[in-house]
Amino acid sequence: MGKSLFKKVWDAHSVRELPNGQTQLLIGTHLIHEVTSPQAFGMLRERGIPVRFPHRTFATVDHIVPTNEVAEPYSDPLAQAMIEELRKNCADHGVTFFDTNTGHQGIVHIVGPEQGITQPGTTIACGDSHTSTHGAFGAIAFGIGTSQVRDVLATQTIALNPLKVRRINVDGELAPGVYAKDVILHIIRLLGTKGGTGFAYEYGGSVFDGFSMEERMTVCNMSIEGGARVGYVNPDETTVEYLKGRPFAPKGAGWDRAVERWLSFASDPDCEYDDVVNIRAENIAPTVTWGITPGQAVFIHENIPTPDDGGTESARESIREALEHMSFAGGEPIRGIPVDVAFLGSCTNGRLSDLKEVARYLEGHKVNPRVKAICVPGSQGVSKIAEELGLDRIFREAGFEWRAAGCSMCLAMNPDKLIGNQLCASSSNRNFKGRQGSPTGRTILMSPLMVAAAAVTGEIADAREVFGILESAGV
Amino acid sequence: MALEKIHSVTGRAVYVPGDDIDTDRIIPARFMKCVTFDGLGEYLFYDTRHTPDGEKKDHPLNDPRHAEASILVSGNNFGCGSSREHAPQAIYRAGFRAVVAESFAEIFFGNSIQLGMPCVTADAADIRKLAATVREDPSTRVEIDVKERVVRFGGMEIPCGLRDGARQSLLEGHWDPIQDLLEGAPEVEALAGGLEYMRA
Repeated sequence: MGKSLFKKVWDAHSVRELPNGQTQLLIGTHLIHEVTSPQAFGMLRERGIPVRFPHRTFATVDHIVPTNEVAEPYSDPLAQAMIEELRKNCADHGVTFFDTNTGHQGIVHIVGPEQGITQPGTTIACGDSHTSTHGAFGAIAFGIGTSQVRDVLATQTIALNPLKVRRINVDGELAPGVYAKDVILHIIRLLGTKGGTGFAYEYGGSVFDGFSMEERMTVCNMSIEGGARVGYVNPDETTVEYLKGRPFAPKGAGWDRAVERWLSFASDPDCEYDDVVNIRAENIAPTVTWGITPGQAVFIHENIPTPDDGGTESARESIREALEHMSFAGGEPIRGIPVDVAFLGSCTNGRLSDLKEVARYLEGHKVNPRVKAICVPGSQGVSKIAEELGLDRIFREAGFEWRAAGCSMCLAMNPDKLIGNQLCASSSNRNFKGRQGSPTGRTILMSPLMVAAAAVTGEIADAREVFGILESAGV
Repeated sequence: MALEKIHSVTGRAVYVPGDDIDTDRIIPARFMKCVTFDGLGEYLFYDTRHTPDGEKKDHPLNDPRHAEASILVSGNNFGCGSSREHAPQAIYRAGFRAVVAESFAEIFFGNSIQLGMPCVTADAADIRKLAATVREDPSTRVEIDVKERVVRFGGMEIPCGLRDGARQSLLEGHWDPIQDLLEGAPEVEALAGGLEYMRA
């Protein structure tokens, strides 16, 4: 019987069984940022332990960097202290750091792929739950806690239990105006926010075969929102094509060896999965969240649920709690809800293709004057190409603020925050209470083009109508 | 460095109801602007315990009757979201030594075990019993027996779940694996040497 990619990569990186029965797993690539690494370096210092494989750790700074001021010292002394700590730790231990003056800084999950550091058949860990993003390349990539960041720095390994594998097939063709973001929001809505606990999600089917690497990253990124610590797509020609010529991709004869090896990690056709889920692409419409977990989502033409829609008392209680936080009555259409802020960016949807797709439709439209709209490229690399293509001009002319690279309003560790109970149409990944910086702030997750539609109309809207997508597709 | 062998955790418990309590709620991101974990306990559940003006709200953790609680009880998918170890660190530093919930998010669970803080699951009906008991009498002595996988309180005993590896780690004092991982260095060296992408 064949093996899944998960099993192949796991086996290739298993060092030994630990006394407690867990596996000591080799972490080929370690990514770090300023929030979850300083304590880990501190623990090493305390014990006098060096970084074992400094050339396999790569750092960038993303969570705390302001996107509206580039000069240091930052106005927030705590943010300044964090960037300096990371700079010092990287210098002391010989770790590559994509600092703000390199032209390569950005959100860690955008920088790794962009640099060609993220490769198929590898294990990747980072003190950040959205590390699952890198699974788009056929890597086993997962978020870890700070003590495990210490473990990786000290030993290049962690102690872990293997996961089961759930294959999720999405077959058919996505309708115009339906994006990778809608696919993953739909999957989480179907399987729940804890449905993936204990599983790695293997995404496949004709939709994933046809997806670009950036679309695959959007889906893998949010695996953790469905409870799956790992999400991946088997490597194929699209993967190889993306990596070719990237700064950290192998070169010359090494490239050919690497490609052969990479493709060999793809799941065997006859491998058995612990679970299989089949979804038809035609059944997916533009999806938006209405509540306080990414699983609380509806199609744009649906109504917000009422507590009566919950099947159990605890489900009814969850709906009540979400409606209360969102100030929704329940039962009303999600379309037409007024929006205060539009945020385009994040490790989910802050890549070049996201910005290009929005710019394609945004030209000639104006942001509603009530709405504060910001566009935050995910990395300096994305920013540079976008500016070369003139996308910044399109965003600015439409009324978006064009910002410097960072996590920005996804998580409120920098000056970009909601105020009071503002409602934000957001291309990010979490709509938790308080996530965007105000305890009473409200988040509605959606695809980048839906964010643009909300920005233009000032309310939750169907981008297909706002931008005439259905007509142009002849529907 | 030998670690404590954790066979059981005994103390008072407090019930914080809710499903999908995420790590942003456990410790809001703005409190993570720090380079150590010191002092995080103070900010545990900050935004659900305080009004936007900083006034204390009605919350079980603000209730003086639960001030001595060392066992946190909650609902489904506890600790979902961000991988921030700041969340279990905040819980631990606020004086908690174990969590009982209907289920846990994966990364939170691993982070907690690695701190030597058992996270055990119990079914909804049993959690309701435990919650009702400690609400009625906050001084109830609650014992989480890691070895037997049961929780005892007020003359009752309920079964609890804890996966084998985690249980064994706690019982044998291997919950922080750093020493074991360091001991594997020769094997790590050999395995890494065979992987082309890992060579310098």
